[in-house]
Amino acid sequence: MAHILLPAGLLPFALGLAAAVLDLPERSVGLKPLVEAKAAASGVENLVTAVLLNFRGYDTLLEVAVLSLAIVGIWSVAVMPRRRAGAPDPVLAYLVRILAPFMILLGAWLLWAGSYGAGGAFQAGAVFAAALVLVLLAGGRMGAADRGWPARTALMAGLLVFAAVGAATMAGGRFLEFPTRSAGGLILLIEAAAAVSIGFILASAFRGGRPAGTPQ
Amino acid sequence: MSVPFVFALAGAALFVIAFYGVFMHAHLLRKIMALNFMGSGVFLVIGGLARRTSGVLADPVPQALVITGIVVAVAATAFLIVLMLQVQTVTGRPELPSSDQD
Repeated sequence: MAHILLPAGLLPFALGLAAAVLDLPERSVGLKPLVEAKAAASGVENLVTAVLLNFRGYDTLLEVAVLSLAIVGIWSVAVMPRRRAGAPDPVLAYLVRILAPFMILLGAWLLWAGSYGAGGAFQAGAVFAAALVLVLLAGGRMGAADRGWPARTALMAGLLVFAAVGAATMAGGRFLEFPTRSAGGLILLIEAAAAVSIGFILASAFRGGRPAGTPQ
Repeated sequence: MSVPFVFALAGAALFVIAFYGVFMHAHLLRKIMALNFMGSGVFLVIGGLARRTSGVLADPVPQALVITGIVVAVAATAFLIVLMLQVQTVTGRPELPSSDQD
């Protein structure tokens, strides 16, 4: 019964959605003129990075907080599954041994390139996470370093640095209001910490739970 | 119909199809993937409509919103998958218990 009712109900919804989309004007300047007018004072040249890290920096802070909350939730709910016994594929291990340093280098370049082109903290963090996941798939282990404070600091560093910079800017202005002279440097600092954290958070999410032996 | 609207309509269609998928699939992983597709549909609509500017560059604010949305969707999907694995560990099947089994 539901096989018929649900599509029948969704069809008017779909038509209404299509009509709403087609109803919009053909051309629209949007907010681009406003962003372009203030881009020089934002500290970066790329318009999207300026919007992400400067004009709407609070949204990005909460985005990093959502990621941190997700890893806290994953660690609270599940314990890391036991590793499968057996040697990893030797071809994969050899390939990863060559590729992983280049991927980390690429991530670092993406982080820097965000100032003037496509790139930035999240793009770099995604490449870092991919490198870490490849290393995990090829049999890499962290052993006791999983449970220590360096691992936990790496997970939370992005959120902490972002919030600390925001609190520091309250001394001269409002929360997360960067002074024009140091905006570029502050943005790079925030992005570097966030990229490292995002890489570790996504790789820890891939592992599927808190390390065995960690108290809940 | 110009290119931005092709993308936006495709995103709307993807949203509706995935909406159907969330409810009709019993397997939790397929529900999670359908939720992800709904998110991708929304991102297509926002990103497609951002291209309606005259000039080479698209409107940067919707692009920033979509980047944020993608990251939030990834975080939520990761948590959902861990929850699904817990459901499988507890009940033995990766499906929510249906009402006619109680």
